[in-house]
Amino acid sequence: MENKLMLNQTMIEECRTFAKKITDEVEKVIKVRSTLTVERTVLRLLGVDGINQFDEPIPNQMVDEVVHNGDISKGISTYIASALYHTKLSLADFIDQYKKSEVNLTQIPLIDSKKVRVVLAPYINQSFEKISKNKVLRETLIHNYGKNLTDLYVIVATGNIYEDVIQAKAAAKAGADIIAVIRSTGQSLLDYVPFGATTEGFGGTFATQENFKIMRKALDEVGLEEKRYIKLVNYASGLCMPEIAAMAALERLDVLLNDSMYGIIFRDINMQRTFIDQHFSRMINAYAGIIINTGEDNYLTTSDAYSEAHTVLASQFINEEFAFRAHLKEELMGLGHAFEIDPEIKDSFLYEVAQAEMAREIFPNAPLKYMPPTKHISGNIFKAYQQNTLFNIATHLTGQSIHLLGMMTEAIHTPFLSDRYLAISNAKMIQKSMASIREEFIFKKDGIIQNRASEVLEKAHELLGQIASNSLFKALEDGIFAGVKRPYEGGKGLGGVFVKSKDYVNVVFDALEVKFNEN
Amino acid sequence: MKIRPYGDTSHDGKVQVSFTLPISTDGLGISAAKELAKKMGLVNPQVVHVEDIHEGYRFFVVYGSVPFEIEIDTLKDEEIENVSLSKEEIEEMISKNFNRNLVFVGASTGSDAHTVGIDAIMNMKGYAGHYGLERYKGIQAYNLGSQVENEEFVRFARKVKADVLLVSQTVTQKDVHIKNLVNLVELLEAENMRKDVILIAGGARITNELAKELGYDGGFGPRKYAEDVAAFAVERLLEKK
Repeated sequence: MENKLMLNQTMIEECRTFAKKITDEVEKVIKVRSTLTVERTVLRLLGVDGINQFDEPIPNQMVDEVVHNGDISKGISTYIASALYHTKLSLADFIDQYKKSEVNLTQIPLIDSKKVRVVLAPYINQSFEKISKNKVLRETLIHNYGKNLTDLYVIVATGNIYEDVIQAKAAAKAGADIIAVIRSTGQSLLDYVPFGATTEGFGGTFATQENFKIMRKALDEVGLEEKRYIKLVNYASGLCMPEIAAMAALERLDVLLNDSMYGIIFRDINMQRTFIDQHFSRMINAYAGIIINTGEDNYLTTSDAYSEAHTVLASQFINEEFAFRAHLKEELMGLGHAFEIDPEIKDSFLYEVAQAEMAREIFPNAPLKYMPPTKHISGNIFKAYQQNTLFNIATHLTGQSIHLLGMMTEAIHTPFLSDRYLAISNAKMIQKSMASIREEFIFKKDGIIQNRASEVLEKAHELLGQIASNSLFKALEDGIFAGVKRPYEGGKGLGGVFVKSKDYVNVVFDALEVKFNEN
Repeated sequence: MKIRPYGDTSHDGKVQVSFTLPISTDGLGISAAKELAKKMGLVNPQVVHVEDIHEGYRFFVVYGSVPFEIEIDTLKDEEIENVSLSKEEIEEMISKNFNRNLVFVGASTGSDAHTVGIDAIMNMKGYAGHYGLERYKGIQAYNLGSQVENEEFVRFARKVKADVLLVSQTVTQKDVHIKNLVNLVELLEAENMRKDVILIAGGARITNELAKELGYDGGFGPRKYAEDVAAFAVERLLEKK
């Protein structure tokens, strides 16, 4: 492992021990509970899809039926299996009749958990086989085309999936390796996933399974022409984390924004809900080989990037431990951070390099996601281009893996075709002109960069120690991250959290655990 | 006074423009870019750069001169003109004129998920060295964050007896911000609260002119900080007293 910064390795180990203690306590809450979106995810992975005449997704309709007329604490698996068992219908036929209200889930005697597993096994196997094939195909394509040290990541956000396709193809041809389709604002707070191809969104395009499919196909086409594998990103944060993860797994998305605390802090989603949802969604990602991206960069756009740098590192340790517990390998942990220090501060670039290098050395195998400056970008597009150049140099010098490109027109409009092209050219020039800079440069002993990194590590160590001796719930209530305070019983989505009964069954969860134990 | 853009000599009228055209050859592209510049009113347009940025699309950088002048004496100043006061001066003004804390309620409303704007004005830390309203003595500041529905915003404002409402809008796609800003004014009027509050809009694409047109007391765009907003609001509250 590289140690250019001469970081205190004992302190890093202690940080990880604190993170274990912190997540231990949260896991106790997660283990005994489930949520409505977790149950809907089970349905989706069994093959339940579609909407009813009121545009309500069938998974929502089914789970809501059990909430109102049954006992959801037994898990949706029990109800759907019992219904299939007694009606002797295939799942597809059952859904058809369910849409017409000819059958229901709650007026049928329930079968025992053994029978539940037997009835649902063929459906689970089908989805798992599809996901596993997706994973193999992705791995094969990346292997054949070759893996990049750093992937250039750009965003499309037109609101119309077909317009997104044009922009995404252009970006990929210009050199982008990863395309993210930004979601319509507000989708994170919807307690359902919209259905079908969509052409109307605000500030982005709705995440739907059909939209995933359309974009995947387009990127595969352009990848074939360019002889590169173009990765597709979407966002799992919000009230439907595991459902989005399931859809992403089925449609071969490659990266999902999936933070263990982002929803709590920035979307005021209840903390119990988020912790439970992130765990199940990450298990799906782990099985599907989807890279998660965490959202620590957001702390720095809200708080000061210099004084709060240690909260980013502390959160990365916590996100890492949550990810381990969901069986995610380090290679799938795209921990996030950002280049957000005020450029007017003397030596700000050196501090940025210190923080980025620190993340690289502490998480050597993680595909770190590095976010561009946004907070100190003004309408001066020429200065913004200059700041982005500095950011690109820091990215390259410190070997970041997922390089989200800054736009010179940040905060002015959704990027023009030319804005994105110029951003890619900028990054490409740095990559080429500084190709070997990482191997050539070492840092001065006890210099500004080494000292800054040690200082941030020490402060993160202290903070993690404090959180470990209190609790993560308390830390969130006290506003430790991004200065935002969230109560344990507050926020959106708490109504969708329930304690599992003794005879609770989640066939997807259990099947995933079996898969993880096989490996 | 009449003015023209300044390149390297007074009154040379030089401007730079860049744009993308859906065109697939450099030669035809240059002619098209020149033609476009002429139609824009530029004299002697020079296409200094053309680049293929995507199949069928080319990017151009063009220089040219404008043949006309602008009369500035008859123009309106787009930015709110208020006496530039410091945080301390504002705090003193509050303590001298009001025997209570002034209540400011801010949020990024509607579906808008961006808090950057409202945070810059309200958060303790503020922005670019300008402390936010939370740090002001004499101001009780509530920052409700993002994605706050107008109804909820108004309910909260009523509950805490707000003096000043700050609404931040960042996403402007398909004019969603206009609809949302107008909706808030209508809601306040329906609740008979509009006259009780100083209503201020803010955001990267908000101008004072636009805000007033929509029924706001004022609007603040880029390069405006907490003290600009606070000074404006406190002066308005004084006028109302």
